[in-house]
Amino acid sequence: MELEVSIARKALRTASGKTRVVLHDVAFSLRQGEICALLGPSGCGKTTLLQIISGLDSDFEGQIVLPSPHRIGMVFQEPRLMPWRSVAQNLRLVGSSSENELAEIVAALRLSKHLDHFPGELSLGLARRVAIARAFAVKPDLLLLDEPFVSLDAALAARLREELLALVLKRKATTLIVTHNVEEAISIAGRIIVLSAAPGRILADMTIETPREALTQARAAKIKTDIVSVMTK
Amino acid sequence: MWQLGSRFAATGSLPAPLAVMSVIGAEAQSGVLFVNLAITLARVAASFALAMVLGTALGVLMGRNKTVDRLCDPLLIVLLNLPALVVIVLAYIWVGLNEAAAIGAVVLNKLPNTAVTLREGTRALDKNLDEMARVFNLPLGAKVRHVFLPQLAPYFAAAMRSGLSLVWKIVLVVELLGRSNGVGFEIGIAFQLFDVTRLLAYALPFVGLMLAIETLIVQPFERNVSRWRPPHGA
Repeated sequence: MELEVSIARKALRTASGKTRVVLHDVAFSLRQGEICALLGPSGCGKTTLLQIISGLDSDFEGQIVLPSPHRIGMVFQEPRLMPWRSVAQNLRLVGSSSENELAEIVAALRLSKHLDHFPGELSLGLARRVAIARAFAVKPDLLLLDEPFVSLDAALAARLREELLALVLKRKATTLIVTHNVEEAISIAGRIIVLSAAPGRILADMTIETPREALTQARAAKIKTDIVSVMTK
Repeated sequence: MWQLGSRFAATGSLPAPLAVMSVIGAEAQSGVLFVNLAITLARVAASFALAMVLGTALGVLMGRNKTVDRLCDPLLIVLLNLPALVVIVLAYIWVGLNEAAAIGAVVLNKLPNTAVTLREGTRALDKNLDEMARVFNLPLGAKVRHVFLPQLAPYFAAAMRSGLSLVWKIVLVVELLGRSNGVGFEIGIAFQLFDVTRLLAYALPFVGLMLAIETLIVQPFERNVSRWRPPHGA
């Protein structure tokens, strides 16, 4: 599914009554199946941008073009599971997947043993995996992920990244992943859009070799230096 | 202890347990006790159910809609602070000495408490889960069943518990003042005759019935709605 984003201006009203511009002239479009990382410092409006794209926030100047009908799978920063429903119920309630499809997703994210648990019994890492599984259970055309690996230890994050990437490639969903971690963006995305500090605008939009195997160490290092230099300019 | 107390108390003010038991036995045998208990129970059930349903509807509406909240809040405050007796007497005078007035008066006494509790519950609804339900396009029915109701259930249980105890008490007063049957009416008769034996013979089975409903219905419901919480409140 193609996604077209063009936001002229998004402002928030602060508690003291002032308006603060969070996004300014942010426009880009994603091709079907493209995996794009949205990279930027904290507070640059990345989460707000996801809220706008997902339709949760419609108070902005500009437009979002999505073909209809479409299904959005979203992974919020917090897992946002229903604590009073078991893992299995959390997955089934939102999803349109068949039992077989669900079983595949569950296996890919190593959740089979936890289906009967309640979210309160899960570690953060596990709860994140359930949240990711839920996003795939809706058979998404567009996948939106908000810092899905934040505050997980590096090894766990790397493994979850691999599992997520495998699922995304299989589903062929257009994917937008918000992160503030440069290495993470390089390791998962085919394209990286760099946002400035608030008010967020696009500083750079770069394409990375896919598949991953084509990306050499030297090239990855070069991309990283480029991004860092753009962000610190 | 009761037996001991009854020996030293003034004649008639604290009858011996056996005397009370024999009156309970006699009233049970003639069936009058059960008829009165059943009538009172039916009034409790009807007014409790009405107060919970209407109070919940009003509370949820007030929690979600600021205009409704502003309009109804003063009325709630008045009702919350108005003595039960005033509501009961006014209901009997305005509506008449009938069942509708009796039930209505009890409902009006309980409703504001339910509405206030459920309004708090509605205000405390998790915005994050609401957003989740919107993004994932949960149908309204599923959203109510799986997102809203589980969050409101503890508030509902709290309103239920405090409500039941309030309704029991007020139903008895309503019966005493304007009905010709029920436990409250019998207690009124006992009061006129200063017959403590008879009074206790009606009060004790009634207390037993209340305890049974509390342990068999209210507490299991409370346990059931908080089943998902981890035992140590993580």
